[in-house]
Amino acid sequence: MNAVSIRGVSKRFKGGTTALEDIDLEIEPGEFISLIGPSGCGKSTLLRIVGDLIEPSGGDVQVNGKPARQARRDHEYGIVFQDAVLYEWRTVSKNIALPLELAGWDRGRRQARVDEMLELVELVGFGEHHPWQLSGGMQQRVAIARALSFDPAILLMDEPFGALDEMTRERLNAELLRIWEASGSTVVFVTHSIAEAVFLSTRVVVMSPRPGRVSRVIPVDLPQPRSQATREDPRFFELATEVREALHLGSGDAPSLTEGVL
Amino acid sequence: MLLLAVAAILWGLWEGFLALGTHFAWQHPFPVEATTMPHIHDMIRALFERPNAQGPLLIVTLLKAAAFTGREAALGFAMGAVGGFVLGALLAHSRALQRGFLPYVVASQTVPILAIAPMVVIWLGSVHVTAWISVAVIAAYLTFFPVVIATLRGLHAADRQAVELMRSYAASRWTVLWKLRFPTSLPYLFSALRISATASIVGAIIGESPSSIAGGLGGAILNFAQYYTFQPQNLWATNIVAAALGIAFFLVVVAAEKIVVRRAPEHVA
Repeated sequence: MNAVSIRGVSKRFKGGTTALEDIDLEIEPGEFISLIGPSGCGKSTLLRIVGDLIEPSGGDVQVNGKPARQARRDHEYGIVFQDAVLYEWRTVSKNIALPLELAGWDRGRRQARVDEMLELVELVGFGEHHPWQLSGGMQQRVAIARALSFDPAILLMDEPFGALDEMTRERLNAELLRIWEASGSTVVFVTHSIAEAVFLSTRVVVMSPRPGRVSRVIPVDLPQPRSQATREDPRFFELATEVREALHLGSGDAPSLTEGVL
Repeated sequence: MLLLAVAAILWGLWEGFLALGTHFAWQHPFPVEATTMPHIHDMIRALFERPNAQGPLLIVTLLKAAAFTGREAALGFAMGAVGGFVLGALLAHSRALQRGFLPYVVASQTVPILAIAPMVVIWLGSVHVTAWISVAVIAAYLTFFPVVIATLRGLHAADRQAVELMRSYAASRWTVLWKLRFPTSLPYLFSALRISATASIVGAIIGESPSSIAGGLGGAILNFAQYYTFQPQNLWATNIVAAALGIAFFLVVVAAEKIVVRRAPEHVA
């Protein structure tokens, strides 16, 4: 049984814009899938449809064999957005505990899990801080801890490191891989960055705009576990080039300097 | 420090204007002399004199009056704040309710309080409600409006992603309201409560006259206004006490906000 099964999904917004057309994608348990494409290709929309935050106009999404809505009700999703979206009136610990609170965990069990999570994202000692006292990278780590706190089957990430500087982003990429290996969850990851997509993923899904479609799926055969050395592997560059060419082909441009990522 | 400096400057402006006006016998914008603009030290001295030879010091009378009016205003403020929040939350719940009711809420504030006050007193009096509680209701009438508007806006102020996050946890509407929308609305709510705090005093003072309550600041103002020509400083002294009461209410709200609202320093209004 696949972790995520997207069949014939399309999305038309009011006003007639077709954001997605006829998307098919099967994701196996434990995969790390990146959705990459230019602005307007509907990758964030697709992520939100998988998470049942918006409804598709056609087609359906099954998660672990059940409809997306049921999966959401069963707390199968952990979500991380581009902004950390921490509740600023809550401390770091209470932010991480929010989904546990809503799921009705008792206080002791919550505290134990929060401590575990703080350790996982290397923020031990920051539990009683308020979000505004943390740097952007630390806030995003809190958001990841919150998303993983209740062991969701699927982790949905919408450009989670898009607002961070390159150094922080690379460090968090490596941390995310470590966390992913430790947690064993399936990740669907939206990004603009070719390097990020290749470094993190087991498969990169390249999307093209107007209307949003899957133009290519590129398996990433770089060895696991990955490290900073992976970024200097010749195979890493080959794959990055492949993704870049697929992106340009999909958007109808010849490969050029317009995409300066990597 | 800054506060004292500003007070000194205002004092200087008042006395300077009075001195120049008296010296040159200004008739514009009004005849400037000690009756229209008593010396500030005279106002303060009046507080510690006896308006009637047998009576207590003016400040004692005024503090009692302030306590009386303060009680009316506090009850009115509480009723207006709670009522305003509940009404705002109901309206925020549904766009249809909002379209149907909000115009009437706005209209309620265009009717002068002076026209409403006697009716409130008559209605509540006919069912034997104590007069001071009628005054509290009049104060509530001035209090609730800013709270309704701020609640409406504050409950809708949550970030889209913050709402999506709740949705991803399959949170109920009630949970979203309580754990996300309400905390998000608090800074808005407190801005409204600051306005309401002072408005509730105004409502209580105005409400006292149709209720024929003589023991409050409203009674004192009416009384001293009648004797203004002889003792203008008494009315001004009463105004000072009324202003002090308003400031005290305001400061209580600010203190409560400091305790309740934990935000990034730059986000605290």
